[in-house]
Amino acid sequence: MKRQGIAEALRDAITEEMARDTRVFCIGEDIGVPGGWGGAFTVTLGLAEKFPGRIIDTPIAELGFTGIAVGAAMMGLRPIADVQYGDFLFLASDQLINNAAKLRYMSGGAIKVPMVMRAPVGATGRGSQHAQSMERYFTGVPGLKVVAVSTAFDAKGMLKAAVRDDNPVMIFEHKLLYGSKGARAEPGAVDATSEIPDEDYVVPLDRAAVRREGRHVTILGWLLMAHFARQAAEILAQEGIEAEVIDVRSLSPIDYETIGASLRKTGRVVIVEEGPKTGGVSAEIAAGIMENCADALMAPVVRVASADVPVPFTPVLENAYRPDVPRIVEAARQLVQH
Amino acid sequence: MNPTSTPSTPAVSVLTGDRSFLLRLYEQLVLIREFEERVKFLFLEGTMPGTIHQCQGQEATAVGVCAALRADDYITSTFRGHGHALAKGLGVQEMLDELFGAVTGCCKGKGGSMHMGNMDKGMVPGIAIVGGGIPLAAGMALAFKMQRRPQVVACFFGDGAVAEGAFHEGVNMAAIWNLPVVFVCENNLYGASTRIDKVMKNPRVSDRAASYGFRGETVDGNDVLAVLGAARRAAAECREGQGPVLLELLTYRRTGHSRRDACHYQAKDEREAWFARDPIERYAAQLLTRSDVTLADLAAVKARVIQEIDAGVERAKRAPQPTVAELTTDVLA
Repeated sequence: MKRQGIAEALRDAITEEMARDTRVFCIGEDIGVPGGWGGAFTVTLGLAEKFPGRIIDTPIAELGFTGIAVGAAMMGLRPIADVQYGDFLFLASDQLINNAAKLRYMSGGAIKVPMVMRAPVGATGRGSQHAQSMERYFTGVPGLKVVAVSTAFDAKGMLKAAVRDDNPVMIFEHKLLYGSKGARAEPGAVDATSEIPDEDYVVPLDRAAVRREGRHVTILGWLLMAHFARQAAEILAQEGIEAEVIDVRSLSPIDYETIGASLRKTGRVVIVEEGPKTGGVSAEIAAGIMENCADALMAPVVRVASADVPVPFTPVLENAYRPDVPRIVEAARQLVQH
Repeated sequence: MNPTSTPSTPAVSVLTGDRSFLLRLYEQLVLIREFEERVKFLFLEGTMPGTIHQCQGQEATAVGVCAALRADDYITSTFRGHGHALAKGLGVQEMLDELFGAVTGCCKGKGGSMHMGNMDKGMVPGIAIVGGGIPLAAGMALAFKMQRRPQVVACFFGDGAVAEGAFHEGVNMAAIWNLPVVFVCENNLYGASTRIDKVMKNPRVSDRAASYGFRGETVDGNDVLAVLGAARRAAAECREGQGPVLLELLTYRRTGHSRRDACHYQAKDEREAWFARDPIERYAAQLLTRSDVTLADLAAVKARVIQEIDAGVERAKRAPQPTVAELTTDVLA
């Protein structure tokens, strides 16, 4: 057992998978430069020395290197690609959506694309173009699996599961959760460290995780919002409201079994999402709840999400943009009184 | 842009080359032409679903390049891929079945005309987003290089793809990593209906290779032996770790961009000039300079091809359609 943050846990996951399977390699920008950062958030730091020729630095060409990852995966390798900021996925989208996600279907099942695409997301003082919550753009793409990791334990286990999966898997990571120490630490970082077992393990890519049990209201969130939901639950507990907190974690597919079981207990749900409310993953989850477990609801579904605006820069507006603990507490409090 | 003025050194002489090999090339050219003509008929007749993008007039690019490849080499293709598929060894039957949406098609009816392919025969389903196959091919070549497999990828695309960012990004990475890709630009002068002189300041596509630091070559794409020779040189360089290579094959599309396009944007004198350089007629004339090839031999090839297509169409029309249960299969592995 050792205590690790998400960046270290991801690094160990990559190291172990590359040692286990010679088909695994990393491709991205600034990931293996001697004297460099090991990617934008230090995840691949030191790996180029350990695995010569398998940490591939690319030009600044997200569309190109994503297509290269797809092609290499088709030919039997298992690439782990990453973009420095999730926002850059728009550049890579043609290869992800038109090729990676569809080649299996188009070929009548002949092709496998076992690739991983990692992407940091979240509003962190960088203005509008290094801040978006990108997961919403990929959850509705058949042929892709989409997960979001909020703890170091999950980061390691889900990355390992993704590398071993025969499908394209997108892993969203939050910039405020990588770790609060080190050269690339972010102001406002939240503790997402975990006790990491010494032995090999994977975390399934299709299961939500109950982070806190409760009987009055269910709060659903992922990434930073899973942490804020837990903090909100602590405050609610002081008022006698027992909130069940679920880290949705698997965004495509969504685990309605775990969510439904919770709703049958609480009858009430708040879905918290960083990102504009319109067209968000929370909208899909709300619809899915209606289709899967509407009978359990004793009150309408409530969403706490960002305003329908680009992510602003100035801290006062950014804080207003991002759902925070008081807003989650207030939403849950009102819902319980409903 | 006169293709007859471009350098081309046939690696295979029509006079001294192996007769059966040369006739096989002829058969492939005729097969593609007759296949496309039949598909056009079936489509206009209304018996074939979907849309079609055809390659009549461009047969020599597909045949010449694929003849330079080994069975375990791969090609990537485009929405205009019927010729590439036939040249890479896909069967008439699996292709016709696919076009009729049958479950016995090469992609189980899930690909169709624009996504024709068969991985067992070394052809990735056609990538119908312009330029989308270029980074993909570079990635396949990266896998070959990393795994030290002696394979190459021939990546077909049109002149229109050269304007895409995907071309720049994919070609650049293939260059900096010396990847075994033969980039094959079939320059037929038109991206859909737009002539290249409206969208390229420098219309010589092969010039672009030098700016990325590798070799480019413009070849008469309507001369199958010239294409074959250039493709053999390019594939050999790639196999020796000296890739990539950009081949610009000058050719001409005799039919519309897609269904029901009457090509009114192609000038009459331009069409006539290119029709006079038809790749099949030219190659037939070359073959007939041999003492052991007769008009009757060539007629027999065509008759055999037509017979195969006739039989294939009859079977394809009766081929089983997928059950609706197939809708949700093959999404995830």
